[in-house]
Amino acid sequence: MATVPKVEVGTDYKEKYGFFVPEEYVFKAKRGLNPDIVKEISWMKQEPEWMTKMRLRSLEIFRKKPMPTWGADLSVIDFENIFYYLKASDKQSKTWEELPPDIKATYDRLGVPEAERKFLAGVSAQYESEVVYHSLQEELTKKGVIFTDTDSALRDHPDLFKQYFGTVIPPADNKFSALNTAVWSGGSFIYVPKGVRVEIPLQAYFRINAENMGQFERTLIICDEGSFVHYIEGCTAPIYTTDSLHSAVVEIIVKKDARCRYTTIQNWSTNVFNLVTKRAMAYADATMEWVDGNLGSQITMKYPSVYLMEPGAKGDVLSVAFAGKGQHQDAGGKMIHVAPNTTSTITSKSISKGGGRTSYRGHIKIYPGANNCKSFVKCDALLLDDESRSDTYPYNDVDAENVTLGHEATVSKVSDEQLFYLMSRGIPRGEAETMIVNGFIEPFTKELPLEYAVELNRLIQLEMEGSVG
Amino acid sequence: MADFEIKDLRASVEGRQILKGVSLSIAKGEVHAVMGPNGSGKSTLSHTLMGHPGYTVDGGEVLFKGQNVLALEPDERARLGMFLAFQYPVVVPGISMANFLRTALNSKRGYDGKDKSKQVTPKEFRSMLKGELEVLHMDDSFLPRYINDGFSGGEKKRAEILQMAMLKPEIAILDETDSGLDIDSIKFVAEAVNRMRGPELGILIITHYTRVLEFIKPDFVHVLVDGQFVLSGGAEVADRLEKTGYSEWGKEETAQPQEVA
Repeated sequence: MATVPKVEVGTDYKEKYGFFVPEEYVFKAKRGLNPDIVKEISWMKQEPEWMTKMRLRSLEIFRKKPMPTWGADLSVIDFENIFYYLKASDKQSKTWEELPPDIKATYDRLGVPEAERKFLAGVSAQYESEVVYHSLQEELTKKGVIFTDTDSALRDHPDLFKQYFGTVIPPADNKFSALNTAVWSGGSFIYVPKGVRVEIPLQAYFRINAENMGQFERTLIICDEGSFVHYIEGCTAPIYTTDSLHSAVVEIIVKKDARCRYTTIQNWSTNVFNLVTKRAMAYADATMEWVDGNLGSQITMKYPSVYLMEPGAKGDVLSVAFAGKGQHQDAGGKMIHVAPNTTSTITSKSISKGGGRTSYRGHIKIYPGANNCKSFVKCDALLLDDESRSDTYPYNDVDAENVTLGHEATVSKVSDEQLFYLMSRGIPRGEAETMIVNGFIEPFTKELPLEYAVELNRLIQLEMEGSVG
Repeated sequence: MADFEIKDLRASVEGRQILKGVSLSIAKGEVHAVMGPNGSGKSTLSHTLMGHPGYTVDGGEVLFKGQNVLALEPDERARLGMFLAFQYPVVVPGISMANFLRTALNSKRGYDGKDKSKQVTPKEFRSMLKGELEVLHMDDSFLPRYINDGFSGGEKKRAEILQMAMLKPEIAILDETDSGLDIDSIKFVAEAVNRMRGPELGILIITHYTRVLEFIKPDFVHVLVDGQFVLSGGAEVADRLEKTGYSEWGKEETAQPQEVA
């Protein structure tokens, strides 16, 4: 198997995240996409008939919908060359020791068990298509918190599952939500009961190991009234010569007075297409916060959105995108104000280096009758050289009265004055540039738990070193 | 013997020659003042000495520790022992002063993330800072703030001198350190600089006005007009300028600051 990197991101990514282990799989579906593959996935999972039907219907929708052409160039994706289902372990483990040695070694190397010991309340680890490890602090289980993989949730909590699955993002929402609904596997299912606050973050770790793999996790989070949860996801993959596809769907329901924070540190290798649909519905006085960091992938298209369904609902998107050589980060956010007296903010920070391209794409929609809404959008782009590019595509539709809508956009370069100042204190150029970039995204970093903030700064450093030249 | 020697330095900005052959020798332990009216080339001199990319060297050399520093990057000059206190310190958002000072100190010591023995320890860092903050009448609250972000004029200049105290240069260039300062701030800054005076440090004060020289007594004063030194001497040169300003050289500017609130 070839391991020559298609896109040079420096040797550091390769060492720390870009390694692969030999494929020894329990089950690997044939390449390509057709009703038989979909039926096979559903059969393997012993799903109820309604889910099999929903998958097949979604496949038809996927086939009918044209490829979106308004964003990044997706024409290079060959859907017939992808493995849609890969099962690496025949059972899910409750301890790291029970995992197949290769897989355990992978997570050890990525530092996941260590993180769990130190600062997480629950961990889910997905390897290819299935969640292979799962844990949740007992105390939370006693309080009625459910944190499990989505396949188990369908089996163990069928009513709760059926009540919400596909209600926030129906299959027909877009081509990739249809694809995900047809072939979904794994992902997290979280239910936080009324009034329960999960004070320590829950984390899911997504790993693609095989070449030409398609990972289609499906996450569903329900925060019942007055509850709180912070969910963090991280993603990495090896560097192969051919491309992999990651196309997730994340649905979140935040009920009255509840708050949900969803943090992503996306660090896919630069041969992964990352096409993700993320959406939350926030009800009366509820708060939904997307904290979305995109460093890796070849192409990312992702616009976390919040539907503000009832008065007092609040939505926040805080995102950072870093595009190095050969990368296109097309990211942003959507705020859909359905009810009056709702507020939203989108803060987007992007960095382009070595010919990389970042796009901010945002949509603020305020429906008729949704009066007295406030929305503020701020996008800051930092260009590290003349070959890099940044674009802003803000769309606003306002059909209500007494609305406050603000938009601010800046594009800047690392200034000679700042560089000179830092260097005049003895700090070498590369380190000074990294400092300026880390300073630029500090409004994002400070929202992360300390361990992740440190990790993010380190990743930025790798990116800065990796794409020199 | 000169430890730092500027020889016939010529430099231009955007194609216009500003420095037209400047020579100056500084021995460690000495304090030199360069005085001049607006547009005489004072900031070109400071920026060129530190290696700002916007200034082009047209000729001459600057010798320090056996090297022509004009061939070095600004960070290399700093690590060699040069320091520039900026007239207009630059704002860098998102990086705390504490982080900045620690990173600078580690760079100065040659710590590149590998050899931990070169790294400044938190304890050492705290104790170094504590003493210097007191002298400058500053407190801890300034450490978590972003580099120069929202600093008053006085805070910026004190922060510059704090950096100098932490980095312990052998040649320090103070570029208009007195400008925009009230009299109390000048005194604190001068006190801190005077504390650092000694056989291991050569100082070059660049100033339009004589006032700062009342607090930091120079050994030598050089008058820069139109990119060349027109007069050099001892402290008495400053006294002369105090009285007559730059009129001798056809510049109708005084060397005394206007008293503004």
